[in-house]
Amino acid sequence: MIALTHSLLGIDPLFDGGLLWTPLLIVVLKVLVVFVIGLVATMLMVWFERKAIAGMQNRIGPNKAGPFGLLQTLADGIKLFFKEDLLPERSDKLVFRLAPYLSFVPAFLAFAIIPLGGDYRNGNGGLVTWFGHQTRVQLADPPIGVLFALAISSIAVYGIMLAGWSSGSKYPLLGSVRASAQMVSYEAALGLSLAAVILVTGTLSTSGIVGSQSSLGSWNIVATGVIPFAIFMISATAELNRPPFDLVEAEQELVGGFNTEYSSIRFSLFFLAEFMNTITMSAVIVTLFFGGPQPISIGNTTLDIPLVNNSLEGSIWLIAKVLVFLYIYIWFRASLPRFRYDQLMDLGWKFLIPASLGWFMLLAAQRLADNENWDQLIVMPLSIAVILVCFIFMQLAFRASAKNRESEGASF
Amino acid sequence: MELFVFICASVMVLGGALGVVLRSNPVHAALSLVLTLFGIAVMFVSQHAEFLAAVQVVVYAGAIVVLFLFVIMLLGVDRAENLETEPLGIQRPLAIVLGFGFVALLVTTILQGRDSLNMRGDGINVASDGDHDANIRQIARSIFSNYVVAFEVTSVLLIVAVVGTVVLARKRKSDKDLTGVTA
Repeated sequence: MIALTHSLLGIDPLFDGGLLWTPLLIVVLKVLVVFVIGLVATMLMVWFERKAIAGMQNRIGPNKAGPFGLLQTLADGIKLFFKEDLLPERSDKLVFRLAPYLSFVPAFLAFAIIPLGGDYRNGNGGLVTWFGHQTRVQLADPPIGVLFALAISSIAVYGIMLAGWSSGSKYPLLGSVRASAQMVSYEAALGLSLAAVILVTGTLSTSGIVGSQSSLGSWNIVATGVIPFAIFMISATAELNRPPFDLVEAEQELVGGFNTEYSSIRFSLFFLAEFMNTITMSAVIVTLFFGGPQPISIGNTTLDIPLVNNSLEGSIWLIAKVLVFLYIYIWFRASLPRFRYDQLMDLGWKFLIPASLGWFMLLAAQRLADNENWDQLIVMPLSIAVILVCFIFMQLAFRASAKNRESEGASF
Repeated sequence: MELFVFICASVMVLGGALGVVLRSNPVHAALSLVLTLFGIAVMFVSQHAEFLAAVQVVVYAGAIVVLFLFVIMLLGVDRAENLETEPLGIQRPLAIVLGFGFVALLVTTILQGRDSLNMRGDGINVASDGDHDANIRQIARSIFSNYVVAFEVTSVLLIVAVVGTVVLARKRKSDKDLTGVTA
């Protein structure tokens, strides 16, 4: 029994005394808080994006509903709820109804494993005491940790794919075929750069990953060398279908993309999921590479926010870091033109996947040399040389295939 | 509690499996397959094989069934099939015979191996005791030490399959052209 809750919710000391009422209530409270935070954050994110983009384009943006137009999203949401809910005649009724939930639920699920606060300083492990029970400020800390996020993001493909197919119309189908191909290809690069983080920290659990990043020098962006972060960031953007990788809803080519036929509340669920995913992915990036709720500290000096207790301070740091990434996503959208489809596939398969694999091998070689007490000065140049040779072979292969394609014509 | 989880997961697995066989629309059948795979993942979790559960979802539900759906959509076979007509006459009786054969095989295996089943999987209990990552560490150790040859052979097999697919899918204008290019 206790073992089962452990395997579902992770090694959370909350259940050490068996399943009692107070821990159960704490879990219910956590679920509620995470859900509400998700909804409110999405609402604010939509407002933030519109306002920031407006600023970048010399416009004012939403400014009528509420102070600074803060309630604009709420107004839009209410409007969407009361619009007519259309069910296209040629659609597959069951799947058409199911698809919005398949994209909405994973968006919230992935948020469950993010450490949202707590005191990780001095090897504290982020434990806080609520109502006399020790627990972590995160909904669940499953043993599979970050793999859960990967699994959830691979489930999120279904929502978009089925929405496009079940609409019974050509443009949504094209949009969803594009989307699923894009998401499946970039998942590989995403997973491989994630593997670099797991290799360096030696654990899958998100709280363990945060705990290992105690100072600026041991943040994973430094510990893995910036490359996995860059690859993760690019493939996460593609995974989210955000600009410059928003081919799924390229208005000029596909009318509205996979959600063309959707209206009313079902459309708003897709919209919500998209923004929620952006927030979740930013939080995942912060957790993996930027120490999550850890404060910025160099050596022994820690940047401390005065008058706030340490576990609350974790949440403040997390929000600040996530906001930086949300702003970067908005920045991407405002400044980068959309990729062409072949460019997208070339970037994913011919650059990001080999690069992340090569870097992962380099990190593994360095670690092995560390364990076996080999001389780093010999091992490192040797591994770089091997990777260079592989790179040259790969370029030759690309050249040969390009030549073949020219002489044979396109194969489709 | 464990029994309850097992019953729920079994309902998912069996329901999904029946759906795969009985739904006439290929997309619905593929979705039922996803349900089955999820049920199996739940069973893995309740047996403390969390890593296997995650891989089950990432690889099978996240990649393989997505590819199935992809092919179904691209080929445009996503209409409901008429199950009355039979393209291969022998197919249906053969399937019944093979199905019974498979059931017989499973039953004999279970009856033969009942003693070892009663041991209640020591390996898994050992794996989940103690620290958080023991599970994945144990899998990694057995894959990359005891079964490393089988593992590598499987990966070579996969690469051969990929290369074979590419070669088969390539369009050749004529064999003469081809020798000119590849030489």
